[in-house]
Amino acid sequence: MDSVTEKTKEMRLQEALRETLRYEMARDPRVFVMGEDVALFGGAYGVTRGLMQEFGESRVRDTPISEAALVGLAVGAAINGMRPVVEIQFCDLLPLCMDQLVTHAARYHYMTGGRISVPIVIRNKFGTRPGGGPSHSSCNHGAFIPFPGLKIICPTTPADAKGLLLSAIRDPNPVLCFESHHLYGVKGAVPEGDYTVPIGKAALRRQGKDLTIVTCGGMVLKVDAAAEKLREKGVETEIIDLRSLAPIDTETILASVGKTKRAMIVDEGPVIGGLTAEIAAIIQENLFSDLKAPVIRVGAAPIPPPHSGPLVEAMVPGVARIEAEALRVIGA
Amino acid sequence: MLDPAKKKEMLRTMIQVRAFEEKLNDLYQKQVMFGSPHSYRGQEAIAAGVCAALEPSDLIASYHRGTGHLVAKGADLYKLLCECIGRRDGYSKGRGGKMHMGDLSFGFLGNTGTVGATVPFATGAALAAKIRGGREVAVSFMGDGAMNQGVVHEAMNMAGLWKLPVVYIVENNLYAMTVSVEKSVAVKQLADRAAAYGFEGKAIDGNDAELVYEETRRAADKARRGDGPTLLECLTYRWDGHFGGDPGTGYRKREEIEEWKRRDPIRRLKEKLSAENRLTEAEFERISAAVYAELDEIAAKAEASPLPAAEVNIDDVFAR
Repeated sequence: MDSVTEKTKEMRLQEALRETLRYEMARDPRVFVMGEDVALFGGAYGVTRGLMQEFGESRVRDTPISEAALVGLAVGAAINGMRPVVEIQFCDLLPLCMDQLVTHAARYHYMTGGRISVPIVIRNKFGTRPGGGPSHSSCNHGAFIPFPGLKIICPTTPADAKGLLLSAIRDPNPVLCFESHHLYGVKGAVPEGDYTVPIGKAALRRQGKDLTIVTCGGMVLKVDAAAEKLREKGVETEIIDLRSLAPIDTETILASVGKTKRAMIVDEGPVIGGLTAEIAAIIQENLFSDLKAPVIRVGAAPIPPPHSGPLVEAMVPGVARIEAEALRVIGA
Repeated sequence: MLDPAKKKEMLRTMIQVRAFEEKLNDLYQKQVMFGSPHSYRGQEAIAAGVCAALEPSDLIASYHRGTGHLVAKGADLYKLLCECIGRRDGYSKGRGGKMHMGDLSFGFLGNTGTVGATVPFATGAALAAKIRGGREVAVSFMGDGAMNQGVVHEAMNMAGLWKLPVVYIVENNLYAMTVSVEKSVAVKQLADRAAAYGFEGKAIDGNDAELVYEETRRAADKARRGDGPTLLECLTYRWDGHFGGDPGTGYRKREEIEEWKRRDPIRRLKEKLSAENRLTEAEFERISAAVYAELDEIAAKAEASPLPAAEVNIDDVFAR
C-alpha cells in the first residue's frame, strides 16, 4: 500500500514533481537532473525551477539538444553508481532515444545476467492539444509497453506525482514517467515527507456497480466528468486510474470488472495496438464468460496529432463521446 | 622508456588476446558456438596497450569486436568463453553472448551489437565520476564505423563541453564490415573530428603497443587532471573477415591483407624486446606455449560445462 504520512500540503502537480526532486536530491547525493533548459530556465514546464540555484550546476545540468545521447549518458552514469533523472520535453522526442532506452537501458539487467542494473528516470510530457501538432503533442505512451525491462508511470494527482516519482527514482530499473500536459496545473493535497506510491498499483477513482472504465493520464478528468453525467442517468461507473502502464495492475482491473461485468477502456493515445488493446485482451482472457457486453475501446482516431483546434477535438475522445460509448456498453 | 617487465606483460596479453580469438574461431568451426566471432586478430596492440595504461578502477566500454578488450582488462577467461558459447556459467548466463556483457568487478561497463551505442555509456560513466569527484577515467573503445553514428557525435560534444574524464579509442581498421573508410567518411583522418568537439585528436600507429600505451597513459593522466577528453585514432587492420562466415577477401585485396600481416603487432613488440636483449626466442616460445595451454584447459572445461536450462526467467528482467 501507499506509505502514509500525516501532514499534507496543497499544490499543483508540477510543484509536487519539483518538491519530490528537491526532497530526493537533498537526501541522496547520487540523484542528479539533466535535460534541455532544466537549469537556468527551470524546465519547459517549470518542474525543475530553483533546483539549479539550490543544488548547483553540477547536479542540475542544462544539456545540448541531444536527446539520444542524453539518455545514453544517463545510462552510463547509472551504471557508474548515479541516479540520473532526465527531462525530455515532449514524448514526441522519445523515438530519438529508442536504441539507448529500449535496446539498452531496459535490457541491461537481463542481458548482463543480473550483473548490472540501470536506475534512470526519464520524465517527459505527453498529451494532445491544439497548437502542438504532429511533433509536439503525441500520446505514444502505449508504444513503450511491449519492452520488457522498462517500467512506466503516469501520475494524475499531485499526490501520486510525488509518490510515483519518488518510487521511480529509488527503483533500480529504468522508469519512464509520462506527465500529462493537461494535468501540470491541477491542484491537490500532497503528503509531506517520505511519501511513496508503489509502481504497478492502480487507483480506484470512483466506485460503481454498473460499468468499469479503465483509463490514465489526462483522460481521467474527462472520464470523471462523463461518469458524473452517467450518474444523473442512473449509471454507476467505477473508474480505474492505471497510474502505472508497466507493469499493468491486472489484479485491480479484474476485481473491478468481475464485479461490474462491463468494461470500457479510455485512452488519449491511438486504439490500434496500444494500451487499450492490451487491457481489453487481459479482461476477455480472464472474464469472458462473466461479461455482459463486449469490452469497448475508446481512444484517439488513427491519425497523427493535428494542429488546429477542431481537428484535435475530433481526434481525441471528449466527455460526450465517452458518455455515449458508456451508454452503448450498458445497453441503455 | 617503458619498463621491460611492463612490455613483457603487454606481450603476454597480446598473445592471450590472439589465442582467445583463435580459440573462438575453432569453437565456431566446430559449431560449438552460437553466433559467430568477430575476430580481433591484428588489432591486439590496442587492447593490450590501452588496458596496460589504465588503473584497476578505470572503466572501459566495448563493442561487438570486444573480446580482446575484455581479455586485456582482466576478464575471467572461463566466464568469458562460456558466455561466447552460450553456457550457463558465462558472464551473462548465456543470455548476452559475446556482444552483450558487463561486469564492474573488472571495470567493464558493457558492450553491445549496436555500433556506437556504448560511446554515450562511457561518456556518462565519466560524467558520474566528474559529478562525484571520483578519480576514475572511462575509456570508450569503438571502431571506425561508430564514428558515423549520431549518438557518438552527441556524446563527444558533451564530453568536450564538460571536460569529462574520458578517452575515446577509435580502432580504425579501415573497414566497417565491408565498406572502406574512404567510401564512408568525408574527412581523411577520423582524429580530425575531435577538433569540432573542442578536444585533442591524434592518429597513431595502432600496431605499436608501446606507443598505444604511452599515448593512452598521457590521455588518461590528462583526463584525471580535469583537462578533458582525448580521441586516439589507432590505425590498424583486422586480419580476418568481419565475422566467422566472412573470409574478408571479397572487398579487400590479398596483397593488402598480407602487407598488414607483415606489420604483426605481436612480432613487432617481440622484436623490440629481443633487440633490447630483454627476450630470447626460447622465452617467447615458453610464454606463448603457456598461454595457449592455459586456454586449451579453460576451453575444455567450458565445452564440458552445462548449457542454461530451457526456461524463461521473467523475474530476472528487472533488478530488485
